[in-house]
Amino acid sequence: MNLTGSITLAHGSGGRAMHQLVDDLIRQTFTNPLLAEGEDQARIPLAELTATGDRLAFTTDSYVVTPLEFPGGNIGTLAINGTVNDLAVGGATPLYLSCGFIIEEGLELATFVRILQAMKLAADEAGVQIVTGDTKVVQRGGADRLFINTAGVGVIPAGFNPSAGRAQPGDVVIVNGWLGDHGAAILNARGDLALDADIETDCAPLNRLVDAMFTACPDIHCLRDATRGGLATVLNEFAERSGVDFMLKEEHLPIRTPVRGMCEILGLDPLYLANEGKLVAVVPADAAQAVLDAMKRIPEGCDACIIGAVVEGGGHVILQTAFGGERIVDMLPGEQLPRIC
Amino acid sequence: MKYIDEFRDPAKARKLVDEIHKLAATEPLAERSRSQPLQIMEFCGGHTHTLFKYGIESMLPANIEMVHGPGCPVCVLPMARVDDCVAIAEQPGVIFTTFGDAMRVPGTRKSLLQAKADGCDVRMVYSPMDALALARKHSDREVVFFALGFETTMPSTALTLLQAHREGLKNFSLFCNHITTPATMRAILTDPDLKLDGFLAPGHVSMVIGTQPYDFVTRDYHKPLVITGFEPLDILQAMWMLVKQIAEGRCEVENQYARIVPQAGNVAGLKAIHEVYETREHSEFRGLGNIGDAGIQIREAYVAYDAEKKFGLQAAASSHDPEHLKCAEVLRGVMKPWECPAFGKECNPQTPLGALMVSPEGSCAAYYAYGKLAKRKEAV
Repeated sequence: MNLTGSITLAHGSGGRAMHQLVDDLIRQTFTNPLLAEGEDQARIPLAELTATGDRLAFTTDSYVVTPLEFPGGNIGTLAINGTVNDLAVGGATPLYLSCGFIIEEGLELATFVRILQAMKLAADEAGVQIVTGDTKVVQRGGADRLFINTAGVGVIPAGFNPSAGRAQPGDVVIVNGWLGDHGAAILNARGDLALDADIETDCAPLNRLVDAMFTACPDIHCLRDATRGGLATVLNEFAERSGVDFMLKEEHLPIRTPVRGMCEILGLDPLYLANEGKLVAVVPADAAQAVLDAMKRIPEGCDACIIGAVVEGGGHVILQTAFGGERIVDMLPGEQLPRIC
Repeated sequence: MKYIDEFRDPAKARKLVDEIHKLAATEPLAERSRSQPLQIMEFCGGHTHTLFKYGIESMLPANIEMVHGPGCPVCVLPMARVDDCVAIAEQPGVIFTTFGDAMRVPGTRKSLLQAKADGCDVRMVYSPMDALALARKHSDREVVFFALGFETTMPSTALTLLQAHREGLKNFSLFCNHITTPATMRAILTDPDLKLDGFLAPGHVSMVIGTQPYDFVTRDYHKPLVITGFEPLDILQAMWMLVKQIAEGRCEVENQYARIVPQAGNVAGLKAIHEVYETREHSEFRGLGNIGDAGIQIREAYVAYDAEKKFGLQAAASSHDPEHLKCAEVLRGVMKPWECPAFGKECNPQTPLGALMVSPEGSCAAYYAYGKLAKRKEAV
């Protein structure tokens, strides 16, 4: 297939052009035995699933991001890792993904190919297969260049049951590293800030890390990836659902200097910035050190640290500032907006 | 982080807090404040933000009370001006550009964020120069920038207008809603309901205007004033300076923020401001009513860049908040946010009725979060 030029409505028409796009490009890039069967659905043997766990985890997410490509990744890496992570933080071993593309006519083929290759690479790294999919091309203005939806299934081993409502006073809060990198990288990549900051997305699959954590402590109480809305939003969900307060120590929050600097300039709070490779775990205090040690042995967890604790209360997240005061870290009413002055 | 962490040092803060407590306990200050606490107004919303963010009020002696001033440009913007913004944005071919935090302020019909959702081309920019770049790029569209703020943002909008003029751009204009600090302070000082003992004056405004424009506060109204920065140690040091003035019976304009604020201000910035802008005879402030000489308009020589004229807006259309909302009283510092019947009920950060609940610098939004903390402490 000729990889110059751009995708046109013909690529979505059902004719030869579409076959070329789907068969010669997408299928070939994602190649695996289930996909190669070429049926309208992937046929997954049940025995293989039931052998490793007692529940099926099933999730879906749609990916829309501007720009499509940014330092450290692109929309394709997000679409794979995001869904892999949504499965992983439920304690599931991610196995199979579906992939739907909605392409705006005019998207350069070369860009699309780079995104496909990034998806294949991410899927291989996470150990999952893309086994079914769909492609639609819409008229100019019908989408913003490219939207991707991925759904995924995985198997949850018996006994793993993390849930937002299980945090208990005395539990310890752990994150696996630097917060806010993805949100800051995207803001910076949009280019309208004219800031000279060297920030990459933290986009990464977390399934191996989660695996190691559950091996160290099968009774992890709460586990979420801190994507949209950042750490603050995840902890508010935990606090509300569990009916407890979370006490964070500001000086223990891992935030890179360039991210902090960007937030200081724009009046943003890094606790609300999106992450794409960060999880928040609430674990019993007596298991905290074992979980932490296990995390540090995995590349995605080498910067893991304890950031706070769960106390009795009415569902609030409270930050003890390095300055000696306390403030509530509430859920945001909407998008964070930079301040005037 | 360099130049940040030095100004957030808890040990230094402790020292300053101790000194403030010592001063507040000395006679005659302690005697005077026995009947009523000392009332210090931090004029600027940025300072209010710092007070809440670092929990500074809880460190102060009980006989010192902070009164949160109206120095938040989003908060004093009358609803009618938001309506004007929406009306401009609804004109065919217009790209309406604004700073981010003005997007959510409710108008009588809708906010700019809602106007955007309804199909208007409303864009958030980080600087007026970004709006100018849009005007260059889209020569077939009318690009309007919502020029909002006290003197802090005035040099940048004035210089942007002058740049547009130099380039001969015909499709760029400012919707000018600038306001000035000294005139607004004067309005507060003449309010019979207020019994202030002193001011913390805004740092970034003063960086532009210098220290001299505050002289009338000490000379005519006998209120001490300290110009201060936005880090917690800045505020604490300024509090210490102010309380010391009161304790020693002095009444002066002092500059705590000397590392940023030169006595004469920003000469080049002031020159651009005077070139482009002049005061309006009357302008409406939300909660403060009409204040003479506080509003700013574009001079006749640059009328081609005045969105108000370009789009034929009725000047100074008036709008009133619903009667049961106490935004005015809260803004003037004579009522606390929680004393408003709508606070935390129909008016909350998700569905703000007043601008004080919209902006993170607004005292209602700050108290909404802080109140939760206080409740939690009561429960413990």
